[in-house]
Amino acid sequence: MADPTTSIPPAPGPAIEVEKLECGYDGRVLLKDISFTVPRGEIFFIIGGSGCGKSTLLRHMVGLRAPTAGTVKFFGQSFTDADTAARRGLLKTFGMLFQSGALWSSLTLRKNVALPLEEYTTLAPREIEELSTLKLAQVGLSGFEDYYPAEISGGMRKRAGLARALALDPAIVFFDEPSAGLDPVTSRKLDELILQIRDTFGTTIVVVSHELASIFDIADRVIMLDRGAQGIIAEGPPRTLAASSRDPRVAEFLRRGDLAPQ
Amino acid sequence: MLEVALAGTWQITEPRPSWARLLGGQNPTRVRLRVEEVEKWDSSLLLFLFEAQQWCRSAGAYCEADALPEKIRTLLVQLAASHETSVPFDRSENFLTTVGVAAQDVVVKGRAILHFVGECVLGAQRLARQPRKFRWRDCLEEMQQCGAMALPIVSLVSLLVGITLAYTGSIVLRQYGGDIYIADLIGLSMVREMGAMMTAVVLAGRTGAAFAATLGNMKANEEIDALETLGIPAVQFLVLPRLIALAVMMPLLALYANALGIFGGLLVAYGLLGIPPSAFWVEMLTIVNLTDVATGVIKATAFGLIVGLSGCLRGLQSERSAAGVGRATTSAVVTAILLIIIADAIFAVVFNALGL
Repeated sequence: MADPTTSIPPAPGPAIEVEKLECGYDGRVLLKDISFTVPRGEIFFIIGGSGCGKSTLLRHMVGLRAPTAGTVKFFGQSFTDADTAARRGLLKTFGMLFQSGALWSSLTLRKNVALPLEEYTTLAPREIEELSTLKLAQVGLSGFEDYYPAEISGGMRKRAGLARALALDPAIVFFDEPSAGLDPVTSRKLDELILQIRDTFGTTIVVVSHELASIFDIADRVIMLDRGAQGIIAEGPPRTLAASSRDPRVAEFLRRGDLAPQ
Repeated sequence: MLEVALAGTWQITEPRPSWARLLGGQNPTRVRLRVEEVEKWDSSLLLFLFEAQQWCRSAGAYCEADALPEKIRTLLVQLAASHETSVPFDRSENFLTTVGVAAQDVVVKGRAILHFVGECVLGAQRLARQPRKFRWRDCLEEMQQCGAMALPIVSLVSLLVGITLAYTGSIVLRQYGGDIYIADLIGLSMVREMGAMMTAVVLAGRTGAAFAATLGNMKANEEIDALETLGIPAVQFLVLPRLIALAVMMPLLALYANALGIFGGLLVAYGLLGIPPSAFWVEMLTIVNLTDVATGVIKATAFGLIVGLSGCLRGLQSERSAAGVGRATTSAVVTAILLIIIADAIFAVVFNALGL
């Protein structure tokens, strides 16, 4: 039986293709010549030290910043130079969990999840309400539907943010530092949730993180960025990189704190 | 040869002996520094030793530091390095560059305002086609916030403006025995100018600042980014409900301010000049007509839009920090009041040309 996802375009090929992307802002170039592809259904991590441009790369990929050069394609369709209608179509194919959760503070959790559904579907209000409740239940937030973001904890806000990112059953979900500010147990639960989403819906997952535990636990493949090199310095499965990378920067990063693979 | 043996406790929070005073006019060619008897030390000792080394260097004396412990010698090398590099970075620019950057800034800001107004117009057009997507609930809430909740402050301000105008006017009018014309003065100036203007200024400080702070905070909290990644324009979701709320409430508040201002003038006219209220009213109606009221209402609507646009624009332009939100709020109030005064001048010219 096929996965119950709704928005994956049928054409074959990778989910994401980034070609020669140049990222930066205020006239400063942070990353140059970034190229990689993410196959469908992969859990892909963008890793690297603080300030290396991981989050900037993500913001360029999701269109929050315009790249100075290069293209980003989702399912073979260019996102960077898409016109308004095509862009709106592509926006539906991905969801994003922001570092802070970024829930709209004036809306309840249910309304937060319902908004993308109201914007993009023609479902009846009752159906939207049911679906929002279901999405919140999927991330373990049953019973909190009518709470406001300010009334719940940081971990719950992230989960609610995830429910909102999943509202339109996107084919790709981006995570910006999902474990930032969370205790190890909550962070692990979020990792399990990410795995579960991928396994259930075949969703492609892109995570920006420097949490070694998460990287070794759930990443299928990683790219490592470096500030000095202004680009990708390593690419591959995390355990392989930790075991065999000759680049001292990669080895130092992945073997820190004795968390190297056993 | 001068041998300096330091001892005791050296702490940065305590006064430090001066090297120059210690020398007392001597001019040794060789200085040996020893610290064996120092019990407790911190950066204070380092600064003293560094001062001694610097003196030796400038006086051409040989400084014997071999007796110092390794730890201190390493720190002294680091201190010397930071001494070299701690020249403050010169951020000042020459006059021409400053003027150029400022001029460029005016163009960029002007363009941003036009771009934003354009976006609002396009957003309004989209909403007119799909009114179901308009956030009526948010709009009603904003109407309550900027309308009903502003009544007390608008009442107070407009009543006092009416009273002040009447007092000032009465000084002149009394000299010519034209007491009764106070009604014309108050009626006309409240209805055409002061009602709309004072309400707009109050709302710029109250509502415009609140809009900027709310939107600025939402930006800092990535809430605006979250809207963008969903393809929901912030203008449609956040700005239009606020703009429409202000455009609807401002004329109503201005009419209310007119009434209270006239009432304030009437009180002074009765109490100070002994003009009966009925006479005040009849006299006022000889000069104030519906056209005057209409010009006030048109102005109020425009001012409402200006307050809303400035607040929302500055909020959306805010930097992602607490200080950024503060600056956005200040800038929203300043922009709104500036644009209100400019718009008022334009209205004066246009209404005059139209004979209104």
